[in-house]
Amino acid sequence: MDVQTDRVNALIRKHKSEKKALIAILQDIQAEYSYLPKEALQQVSRSVGVPLIDVIGVATFYRAFSLKPRGKHVVTVCLGTACHVRGGPKILEEFERRLGVASGDTTEDGKFTLETVACLGCCAIGPVVVVDGEYHAQTSIRKVEAIIKQYLNK
Amino acid sequence: MIALKLNGLEVQTEKGWTLLDTARFFGLEIPTLCHMDGLTPWGGCRLCVVEIGEGPRAKLVSSCTYPVEEGLVVHTDTKRVIAARRMMIELMLSTAPMSKEIQDLASRFGVTRQRFPPRNEECVYCGRCIRMCDEQMDARAIGFQYRGYKKKIGTPFDIRSEECRLCGACMYVCPACAARCGGPNADTDICNACLQVEPTCLEKYGELTCWMYDAGRCGTCVQEKKS
Repeated sequence: MDVQTDRVNALIRKHKSEKKALIAILQDIQAEYSYLPKEALQQVSRSVGVPLIDVIGVATFYRAFSLKPRGKHVVTVCLGTACHVRGGPKILEEFERRLGVASGDTTEDGKFTLETVACLGCCAIGPVVVVDGEYHAQTSIRKVEAIIKQYLNK
Repeated sequence: MIALKLNGLEVQTEKGWTLLDTARFFGLEIPTLCHMDGLTPWGGCRLCVVEIGEGPRAKLVSSCTYPVEEGLVVHTDTKRVIAARRMMIELMLSTAPMSKEIQDLASRFGVTRQRFPPRNEECVYCGRCIRMCDEQMDARAIGFQYRGYKKKIGTPFDIRSEECRLCGACMYVCPACAARCGGPNADTDICNACLQVEPTCLEKYGELTCWMYDAGRCGTCVQEKKS
């Protein structure tokens, strides 16, 4: 994906190039590109006046930021304690098998990114799978295929 | 002037000193690893812990980051402090057993056993290289990345940084970059060779005549301890 200087600059200007808005700027860039492109980070470093290594430090510290291009749909499988005992790992395995990627990676066609999370706080409806912010409650291995199909052509 | 009680003695200290500065000023030896003169205090290695307060409310604090306070009661060598120090040395030794500086600390502070499996990593995350790069070299080329067990030190995108001038200061201050000497126990987790040998001059002349005053460090004129 090409990174357009103007687009990134506009996002930085929106936050008045302020140092304290670094995370907000990175969030906006992530929302725009679905990941943090290298060129954009360098531009942020220059415009905001934070050393590049500090920008990278923030971008790698938080799981919400990704330095690798992400797929169109982000599938997040909960592996918190409650989901874990109800079969979260098995569901993750099923997703890995059906999508053909390991957890943390993106499918070759760029449609899905598979991720895990430690807990989403809604343990009562576990095991939980979140796709693009939509919660799928009480999932099982059998429901995995349906969930993938639902988003395949969106 | 700020008065505080250091190991039972009333001492006068200056405003802005840390407990480490105070202890060193009065000649007390406190081991440090992440602390370096000229770099900002970090408080990461926890080797410089001292006990402040009295009775059940006494607590351990890192002396390199703790500013002096009026009337503070400080003990630098209690049982608790020594146990904590040894534990920290032991833990760091299990992380990077090939580091000379940590092996020396172990010998010096009587860490003679190793209860943790060696991980043979090359970094103990003391942050000396990062602060050196930032504060003394004014480059800010390296820094911490990721977090938790994935945490590592590196340049942006792991390629040569534009800010880096290849000055080598980071390696110069690194405690783990200097490999331990090839003593008699070179392949063990814990060396302690310095505890087992003494300079030959000590026996021959009854006096240490080594001009390096670094008993047995070089390993050329040492013999096993007789006593």
